[in-house]
Amino acid sequence: MNSILLSAIWGIVMMFSGVFTQNKTIIRYTAIVGLVALLAGNCADMIGYHVAIDVHKMLNYDEFGMLGNAIAFVSTLLLVLVSGRDMERVGHNLAEYFALIFFVLCGVAIVTSFNTLLMLFLGIEIISIPLYILTGSDKRNLKSNEAALKYFLMGSFSTGLMLLGIALLYGASQNGTFFIDDLWTGGPAVATRPMFMAGLLLLLVSMGFKVSAAPFHFWTPDVYDGAPTVFTSFMATIVKVSIFIGFVRLFEDGFGESRDRWQIFVAIITAATLFIGNITAVFQQSVKRMLAYSSIAQAGFMLLALLALNAVSRQGMLLYAAVYGVATIGIFAVLIRMKDYTFEGFNGLAKKQPVLAATLTIFLLSLAGIPLTGGFFAKYYMLAAVVESGHFMWLVIFAVLCAAVSVYYYFRVIQAMYFKDGEGSTETEPGVGFKGMLVVLAAVVVVLGVWPQVLLGLLAKFPYTW
Amino acid sequence: MPINYYIFLAVALFCIGVAGVLTRRNAIIIFMCIELMLNAVNLLLVAFSKMHYHALSATAPHAGIDGQLFVFFIMVVAAAEVSVGLAVIVMMYRNTHSIDVNFLNRLKH
Repeated sequence: MNSILLSAIWGIVMMFSGVFTQNKTIIRYTAIVGLVALLAGNCADMIGYHVAIDVHKMLNYDEFGMLGNAIAFVSTLLLVLVSGRDMERVGHNLAEYFALIFFVLCGVAIVTSFNTLLMLFLGIEIISIPLYILTGSDKRNLKSNEAALKYFLMGSFSTGLMLLGIALLYGASQNGTFFIDDLWTGGPAVATRPMFMAGLLLLLVSMGFKVSAAPFHFWTPDVYDGAPTVFTSFMATIVKVSIFIGFVRLFEDGFGESRDRWQIFVAIITAATLFIGNITAVFQQSVKRMLAYSSIAQAGFMLLALLALNAVSRQGMLLYAAVYGVATIGIFAVLIRMKDYTFEGFNGLAKKQPVLAATLTIFLLSLAGIPLTGGFFAKYYMLAAVVESGHFMWLVIFAVLCAAVSVYYYFRVIQAMYFKDGEGSTETEPGVGFKGMLVVLAAVVVVLGVWPQVLLGLLAKFPYTW
Repeated sequence: MPINYYIFLAVALFCIGVAGVLTRRNAIIIFMCIELMLNAVNLLLVAFSKMHYHALSATAPHAGIDGQLFVFFIMVVAAAEVSVGLAVIVMMYRNTHSIDVNFLNRLKH
């Protein structure tokens, strides 16, 4: 509850801070203070101190959602610390950008803790609507305009599908309820109704749209390419993983008992996502577009959690959220500073900017899933979860093969930086603070890779009761 | 009246909306089709709400009220979406003097 309230209030504070001051440094520090407060509020919630508001069970707080919140807030904090200055260059309305980011975080806090389909819908919309604005925030840039319009049309279309799915599930439920754990009341008799299955599939499709799973991914590269790079970083990491946490909650609590009926669809979507994401990423010329496709491919791995739906997959989901988020934020932070977004733009970067090249290498290795970086354990937990559930062994093998393909395009960047000569240079000389933050991000990735229990131990440490 | 009629009507309206989104090229008309989809869902929710009320009102006097509440939330969210969506379309019109979505293919190159 704390995080929902704090993020909404701080969003308004940020809006007013834009009225009272034009000083961008003050605005940035206000946002950082807000994010720290948000994180502190969430941690207080985890150990039992929270504002007592009767939500009539519409929100359900558990360690999984709380830890997901914490990961989202820490990632946002890191994003603002490492790329806050680049946000200033997007446009004049810095305070409003931060306000929108806080409103997105409010939606994130709802999506990680919803207990009814109503709250799921509201949370997804509170996330989406500010993102449409952030995507189009570079108003003079035609690419940004197009990305915003495309994202908006696709987003509201998928919202329509989600609403039809919710309405059909409501009609199929025996006692007229939106509570996700009551949808199944009435047992298998409910699940055989075509209305239940149609509603479930529509929800699957619309959530697939939101997390850019394969047949519904076509908007992702264009939107990620067109949006200002700072906000692409925000969308591809924090927003995506928190919608994934909601996705897992929905299908575990709401449809866990009827999993025999829908798992085959998820398996097909996962296989398609892994295949299309990885194969298309190989052929990209722009690193930003490659990262968009790689985020589709990583979504394929996160979808494995939806197939397994056990304790291991929940751990894997959180680890994946943290590791993928931090590594991708780091890569985008370096990318923003580059003059040229193509692979050639990175040629010879290692000679000019050894710190940037070294940290970038760690992030890329982590995304590829090389041992000693967090990405390895994240992928390992996901695969282990599916193996433990005992079904879909072919998908595990397929996922490993796809991960092998992904090594090719991640290593292309590393090869360009270290083994090619060129002018690879940044727009301005990066400051010590920026380099220091990159080293911190890289350290987080390595620590999670060597000792994932730092994070996962928290799952068991806070037995949450509301 | 049996619930089937309402379901058919709502699903037909929804399908008209989907077909409009997929075939029309004018951003405003696509936008109206999305609104049509949302309103079809509203109709469906109200019909289901009445259905649940008839089935359960003997034991639960407030049965089915959730569906009608949901409709209000959809209206509010649709209004918020309209304001943002029209702003995006206006912004695009200012830069390109067109609201044709065929224009959107530029990003692929």
